[in-house]
Amino acid sequence: MHDKAKKRRIRYGMLGASAMTLLLSGCGPQYMVLDPVGPVGREELHLIILSVILTGIVIIPVLALLVFIVWRYRDKPGNRAPYQPKWSESRVLEVIWWGIPIVIVGILGYFTEKTTFALVRPPENNIAPITIEVTSLDWKWLFQYPDQKIATVNYAVIPTGVPINFVLTSDAPMNSFWVPRLGGQEYTMPGMAMRLWLQANQSGTYYGHGANFTGRGFAHMNFNVIAKPATQFYGWVQRVKSTSHPLTRAIYAQLKIPSVIGTTQYSSIPPNLFNGTVWADGGKYMPGMLPAQGTGSNSMKHNSTQ
Amino acid sequence: MAFIEYALHGRVANEEKPLEYQDPEQSIKILGFWIFLATDMLLFGCLFATYLVLRTHTDGGLTAKQLFDVPGFATETFLLLTSSFTGGLATLAMRNRNKSAVLAWIAVTVLLGLGFLGFEVSEFAANVARGATMQRSAFLSAFYTLVGTHGLHVSIGIGWMIVTWIQIARKGITRVTARKLFVVNLYWHFLDVVWVFIFTVVYLSGVVM
Amino acid sequence: MPVWLTHFTTTYLMWNEGPMIWGSDVLILLTMLGIVVTLTRLRRWKWLWREWLTTVDHKKIGIMYLLAALIMMFRGGVDALLLRTQLAVPGNHFLSAEHYDQIFTTHGTIMILFMAMPFIFALFNIVVPLQIGARDVAFPYLNAISFWLFFFGAMLFNISFVFGGSPDAGWVSYPPLSELGFDFGPGENYYLLALQISGIGSIATGINFLVTIFKMRAPGMKLMRMPLFSWSVVAASVVIIFAFPALAIALALLTLDRVAGTHFFTILHGGDPMMFVNLFWVWGHPEVYIVILPAFGVYSEVVATFARKRVFGYSSMVLSLMLISVISYFVWAHHFFTMGAGAGVNTFFAIASMLVAIPTGVKVFNWLFTMFRGRIRLTLPMLWTIAFVPCFTIGGATGVMLAAAPADYQYHNSYFLIAHFHQVLIGGVVFGMLAGMYYWWPKVFGFMLDVRLGKIAFWLFNIGFYVCFMPQYALGFMGMQRRMYTYPTDMGWGTLNFISTIGAYIMGLGFLFIVIQVLYSIKHGERDLTGDPWDARTLEWSLPSPAPHYNFAVIPTVTERDMWWELKERKETDRLKLKSDMITPIHMPKNSGRPFLMGVSFFIAGFGLVFEWIPIAVLGLIGILLSLLFRAFEYGDEHTIPADEIRETEAALGRL
Repeated sequence: MHDKAKKRRIRYGMLGASAMTLLLSGCGPQYMVLDPVGPVGREELHLIILSVILTGIVIIPVLALLVFIVWRYRDKPGNRAPYQPKWSESRVLEVIWWGIPIVIVGILGYFTEKTTFALVRPPENNIAPITIEVTSLDWKWLFQYPDQKIATVNYAVIPTGVPINFVLTSDAPMNSFWVPRLGGQEYTMPGMAMRLWLQANQSGTYYGHGANFTGRGFAHMNFNVIAKPATQFYGWVQRVKSTSHPLTRAIYAQLKIPSVIGTTQYSSIPPNLFNGTVWADGGKYMPGMLPAQGTGSNSMKHNSTQ
Repeated sequence: MAFIEYALHGRVANEEKPLEYQDPEQSIKILGFWIFLATDMLLFGCLFATYLVLRTHTDGGLTAKQLFDVPGFATETFLLLTSSFTGGLATLAMRNRNKSAVLAWIAVTVLLGLGFLGFEVSEFAANVARGATMQRSAFLSAFYTLVGTHGLHVSIGIGWMIVTWIQIARKGITRVTARKLFVVNLYWHFLDVVWVFIFTVVYLSGVVM
Repeated sequence: MPVWLTHFTTTYLMWNEGPMIWGSDVLILLTMLGIVVTLTRLRRWKWLWREWLTTVDHKKIGIMYLLAALIMMFRGGVDALLLRTQLAVPGNHFLSAEHYDQIFTTHGTIMILFMAMPFIFALFNIVVPLQIGARDVAFPYLNAISFWLFFFGAMLFNISFVFGGSPDAGWVSYPPLSELGFDFGPGENYYLLALQISGIGSIATGINFLVTIFKMRAPGMKLMRMPLFSWSVVAASVVIIFAFPALAIALALLTLDRVAGTHFFTILHGGDPMMFVNLFWVWGHPEVYIVILPAFGVYSEVVATFARKRVFGYSSMVLSLMLISVISYFVWAHHFFTMGAGAGVNTFFAIASMLVAIPTGVKVFNWLFTMFRGRIRLTLPMLWTIAFVPCFTIGGATGVMLAAAPADYQYHNSYFLIAHFHQVLIGGVVFGMLAGMYYWWPKVFGFMLDVRLGKIAFWLFNIGFYVCFMPQYALGFMGMQRRMYTYPTDMGWGTLNFISTIGAYIMGLGFLFIVIQVLYSIKHGERDLTGDPWDARTLEWSLPSPAPHYNFAVIPTVTERDMWWELKERKETDRLKLKSDMITPIHMPKNSGRPFLMGVSFFIAGFGLVFEWIPIAVLGLIGILLSLLFRAFEYGDEHTIPADEIRETEAALGRL
């Protein structure tokens, strides 16, 4: 008995330790969530670390206590540890273990609230943001740049150091737009235009993927977000404008047909494609859902006459 | 006499309680039915929530205001509220052990319920004739499902009332049949309450909006 | 082959899909044949009908639930191994995307609804009446209906594999993916109708046990004298009653969309998919508390028994159970922090979700301090309970991490989430159910399970668990999403996935040892002649194992908490001793075949609706209606056991 309890103790100790190491020290670039390249991902990482520490305050004593208690009070002849079969109430102890979790939840709750509200605002106020309208389709991603009037499929290029206002929708089953190294995800849902602020402070190519299951081709819904310095970004925009074909409604209708395809880009976008899609898929029933004029989106006038 | 009575260890029939509660086994069934009604209420709660979310989603089809016919739903309301009252009279007659009055009031209740159903079916038929089918828009899907689920409950209630009527006619008023009548009436009153919500949330606010 | 036959075998039997289907067909046929032949040769058909299919005895219903849960755990486990095999290496082609999608859907659905639910219901049935001093549940006939609805719901769900095709939209089945436009096979209909049918049974079980506990406790068993397992059943039943109607509506509306062409959750014509997501999780989150609360009850019983000590902070334990069941209704939106609910809403649900950790943490401390200054015996139920503590504590901690909404934006739908909920559901629910099974096994069957084999199973399952799921936390941080049937080599996910797959197989081996243990013990297990093999504390252990079908010849009068233990301590067990003249005739509910036939009718109706073969569906509905009608006119559904027969039974058990 003794031997087994000891083995268990060692095993759990090792497991706990290795879990913590994994959590805290695995910050290679492979561990995308732990190695953010922008302020949004960094803010989320801070909350993750805080939550690890706060929950650690409870779970480490619990694990230690468990090992100690199981070993000390094992039922073995000659065990001289006290035995009090009727001892079952202690006001002091109860206050402690109702109290500590309440305090921890209070602290974590406060920081959660702060971060939640912070993340709905642009990460940088002094720099004019760029809007990218994202539509998830079966099984591809369409990125429209309403200000630059270009579009891409399955990749997006963004300038570094500039807050990006991703406006998300789906013209297919709902998906979720996730670029782990830039920050957390947000769903793309038909009839809704949801907003996600992200920003990259470092040039690079960042892995992105749909995070919500959408059927057969879902596993192939990956895309890259390529961050470049602003000048290179605008150079790329000009190149797309001069070398690609325009995106027409006919091409959009083809994109809507379920398939897995590679990357493409388009030199122009049809007016009101994004907002029209959101509107037709149910956005018309949700006042305030469509982005207001001025964020670079197409005019809303067309919508109201639909 | 039942296993429950023994389980309750000597707690035998209590003559001071209303007839339907006197036998512990029957009184336990009534409690179970109350809890069932709570689940049924939540069922309707979810349907109401769905309706409230979808009621403006008319997709260019008929709106609530264009659809609802005031005299029609007013009549339905009158019939169902009255039937709830006559159902209550049946319970009262049961406690007075007046079998023929019980049978008469159940019959009246069933007839009123059938009248309600008749009006509801003709209302639905008239709507469909105007192109307002439940496939037309999310609003209409939610409307027919909410009101239709209530209608389905009423239909079940009518069948149940008839079954209870037959049993009371054959067995008279016993602790068991008293409980059966009491329970079906609980169900009936509950449907009445649900209808009051349908009346206000669906119909009244529909024509006002 | 005639054209119609080719059409039938391709469309419905899916014989064009290859060996996996053929193999399953052959296996199913062989199993059925085996059952038929065995029953015929042993002349057991009547026995099956009389003793099992028509029974209303809570103990037998509990055994059937237990058996079904173990079989479903096997099916769900095989699904899991297939999934893990596919993911073992990058770019694998062991399963196609279609098959992978079907298998993760059935794995999730089966494990939650057809494994965890019947497992908790098994313990409800086996334990509650015995523990509170009752002769059966409040509504034994309804109890049988509940079981058969669950059973035929599970059957309906499982035949989809070989007839028509399995559902493939995930166990959450979010529209519009699960709508006709994107998913036109019968699989999704199977999912909707099977869950609907078994869900009706679950609601009935919730009502049944709540009334049982409120009304049928032995005299003197005040609520605050009640064993904690029964308290946990109260809490779980309340949650069932409040949560399952939302599932019923979510499923019904989606069924209407698919079968009647309505537009609740479609993209066009004004449908709102978000509404389904809300309804689903209004049920879905409380559902996980429904399955975990009874496990908490089991731990409380096991810890007190095997530490030989009163449970610590009884009132705190009861309070925290009830708090968890209340808070469980206010956390559902944490399943979709990432669906744009707005910062205020997200903050509310984030903090509400964290609050759950408080009463749960309190329970963990109370269990620890129950063991503190006790005498801990490391029996099988206790081993699983001790293993639960670290597993659930870590799982709970990652749960709190997930509850911090902005952090969840990074975890959502990633393998971090997968690791988290498997850790709480396996470490919490499965460990708890296994602990409960081991604990009450001798009470139900009258023999002990082999300890050596049980320990092998325990260690395999536990080691396998950590090997399987710890790497998945890391995979989540590496950006791996759930539900991808394959992944490219260059992501660097290969090694950890391979390790995880090894862990899954070790767990599978652990399960195999449980099966071997049961089979071995049926033959060689030590008989329990005392009725109290664990030196336990509560009323069920004052009865012989297995208990006679009327449970208590004379209903005991309860005077204190843990009465059986206290009486033993004071050497006053004679107080419960029977005297011949105390015994009076007992009325018990009669067996009935109708619950079974009603289950069959539901199955036929559901099957007809799956394929929209309306005549078949109508036939089933008529069957349901007839069973209701016959029941309405049924009087005298009880029979009397004469006092002499009881005296004989008790004397044969050596208790008189």
